[in-house]
Amino acid sequence: MSGNGKNRTESKERIGVYVCHCGSNIAGVVDVEDVAQWAARELADRGVVIARDYKFMCSSLGQELIEKDIKEKNLTRVVVAACSPHLHENTFRTACNRGGLNPYLCELVSIREQVSWVHTDKAAATLKSKAVLSGGVERVIHHEPLEPLHVPIQSASLVVGGGIAGIQSALELADAGYHVYMVEREPSIGGHMAQFDKTFPTLDCSACILTPRMVSVGSHPNITLLTWSEVTKVDGYVGNFEVTIRQKPRYVNTELCTGCGICQEKCPKKVIDEIYEAGLGYRKAIYTPFPQAVPKYPVIDPDNCIYFERGTCKACEKFCPTEAIDFNQEDEYITINVGNIILATGYDLFDPRRVTQYGYGRLANVFTSLEFERLTNAAGPTNGEVVLRDGITKPSAVGIIHCVGSRDRNFNNYCSVICCMQGLKFAHLVHERTGATAYNFYIDMRTAYKAYDEFYQRVLEEGTLFVRGKVAEVTDAARLPGEEGKLIIQVEDTLAGKQRRIPVDMVILSAALEPRHDADEVAKLFGISCSADGWFIEKHPKLDPVATMTEGVFIAGCVQGPKDIPSSVSQGAAASARVLGRIQQGEIALEPIRASVIEEKCSGCRICNDLCPFSAIIYHDDRMVTEINAALCQGCGTCIAACPAGAITGTGFSNEQVLSQIEGLLMLNLAPPVEILDA
Amino acid sequence: MTQMFEPVIIGFTCNWCSYRAADLAGTARVKYPPNIRLIRLMCSGRLDPTFVLKAFADGADGVLISGCHPGECHYLEQNYKALRRFLLLRRTITQLGIEPGRLKLVWASAAEGVQLAKAITTMVEEVRALGPLNWKKLERTNGFHKQVDLAEADSEEVAA
Repeated sequence: MSGNGKNRTESKERIGVYVCHCGSNIAGVVDVEDVAQWAARELADRGVVIARDYKFMCSSLGQELIEKDIKEKNLTRVVVAACSPHLHENTFRTACNRGGLNPYLCELVSIREQVSWVHTDKAAATLKSKAVLSGGVERVIHHEPLEPLHVPIQSASLVVGGGIAGIQSALELADAGYHVYMVEREPSIGGHMAQFDKTFPTLDCSACILTPRMVSVGSHPNITLLTWSEVTKVDGYVGNFEVTIRQKPRYVNTELCTGCGICQEKCPKKVIDEIYEAGLGYRKAIYTPFPQAVPKYPVIDPDNCIYFERGTCKACEKFCPTEAIDFNQEDEYITINVGNIILATGYDLFDPRRVTQYGYGRLANVFTSLEFERLTNAAGPTNGEVVLRDGITKPSAVGIIHCVGSRDRNFNNYCSVICCMQGLKFAHLVHERTGATAYNFYIDMRTAYKAYDEFYQRVLEEGTLFVRGKVAEVTDAARLPGEEGKLIIQVEDTLAGKQRRIPVDMVILSAALEPRHDADEVAKLFGISCSADGWFIEKHPKLDPVATMTEGVFIAGCVQGPKDIPSSVSQGAAASARVLGRIQQGEIALEPIRASVIEEKCSGCRICNDLCPFSAIIYHDDRMVTEINAALCQGCGTCIAACPAGAITGTGFSNEQVLSQIEGLLMLNLAPPVEILDA
Repeated sequence: MTQMFEPVIIGFTCNWCSYRAADLAGTARVKYPPNIRLIRLMCSGRLDPTFVLKAFADGADGVLISGCHPGECHYLEQNYKALRRFLLLRRTITQLGIEPGRLKLVWASAAEGVQLAKAITTMVEEVRALGPLNWKKLERTNGFHKQVDLAEADSEEVAA
């Protein structure tokens, strides 16, 4: 089984091997004790002097074990077989450092994400763990002591998304005295929260608590607000990102505009407002989404503007008292330098048309939750009157259907978190505004967090009716007396154990929160990843919920998963705290992974010269050799792979390291080799 | 021999995309066969063709190269260099008597854990069908060189 006579270089190192159980995460599938014993026995000739297994290597006791061994057994290399290096590489490097060993002489091999979590066959998983470990041992022999590169951190930050999470982030950073660029795609900040009327469980007015924050963002000396803008390019790395932002043309000169609103009055073109009014109201072709918009400057929507369609009109230009209208504006690109980025781009509402049996889009009086929010909003299309689609009739019975598009295998498996409380809030508002009977159709009532269950009790006492069961259908086909002209909700009441048909006038669908339609592209742009559901993935689900695997990029609010307002605000503040910590450090240690040329070996062939997109490779005509500028090198290693003379070497990923790792990985075969019959 | 042949495949992954995709497959508990052993490089552009030949020479039955999708390279454009090397390598190994199907290039973003697991599963099955490589043995006995049509090898689509 063991080393099959490869001509490997002799190892003079004293290597310590540590195999982690990770509770049962690894030990449940991999025989970790066997792996450790095997390493001590079979890899002894490769320099392994000690091999241990331990319940949690990342715990302080596990780390102390390594530190102690380094001192007592004079270890010169350490290999830890545990989770992904992206999770704990730094933990073990730091432990080595404390033990007096250069941190880069430690190698972490993944037997959790890449073995125990993805394989089920215990024997095969144990064998693969041994192979992976052996690869790590062979590799670590060729490690060199390195020093991290220190680079300064730009104190300015970028916040993408101007919803409540982004607003909170920006204000925390700006109040701490650092510059913030806030980029918002829409003409105004405020996000979804600006569309709501009341917020659960206290029923305070959404605009009343949000507007002051928006104004602070708009007027803060440390915040550069870039609305109607999108990030198009992100270069660089933590501490030194270079971000390109496209500012879409407003066709309004913000230097001159006073926000008086005359242009909006005079504009002859009415457009259905699909975004802010959720399709229930109108705006003009030149508009601010809502009266409290920040900034106050309107934008012209060129797709609907009569001037852009036919070449005449310009009513806004004629009436503007400050001559602020400018039809010649074009896309503007600006480049900013920031040290950290917070993504708070929020969510999209699930389109309930996809659940055809609930009739949204087909039955007039079926509303989405966002439409109902607009109906109840005093500044909304009905001035806060809860009325049917005809705009006059008040409903006498309202059905609120929970979990539309969430907790449903056909759409999204996850729980959208806010719908239960939102359903309760709607029921309360229905009572308050119309006195109608309100029904909540729920699968489970989830009213965790402070004062939420008390609100549930209150709504129960108000007389809202609760039916436990997933609604099968909403129909206008009357079958029984009293159903004519009504919407009938067909549901199995699972507590009473019978089918029910409940006639109502209005149905509200608590639609799921979904990742933004372009979440994938945004993730790629910023170099982070999305989960299978499409939400951005945090660095650690419990212990690092606002950081991502990409250093310097943080997430806050619903981008990370469905959330209510208090949680979004907490995350916004948390992300800022992380950024502030970074800024306070002043500089950051970067992986010292860089390529360099061994001048004696360089033949001056110049094959590598055109390969570097960062222009880090310079050719010296006088000496006929190539040199790599370490400050510009990003460490990709493409030039190393291309050099025919082997004259370029790279720290951390040298040819010796990779080739030895290949040897180590192939030391064990999964099964006895099958003999090929000789022809 | 009744025992099923279990190929060994070496996978070269990019630190920024496919290695993270493999991590994601783990976090999501997506299952794939244990025949693949992954090596992390900083970029698919770091892939020295020697690495692939070394893997075959040391007993790998297949080699998987994976990097960021075209246009999404962490280092701007280095995955295109990996693509060039891959196409050249596939011709080379074919001339050396190795079936081109033993070398595969798969693009996988950091979000594509499921896709990477699927690609691995497919490749393990394909290499299992090809049988053991035993490249050293073939060299030594100077026999069993399968004729492979080069044009055919090139027309194969690069796995997306």
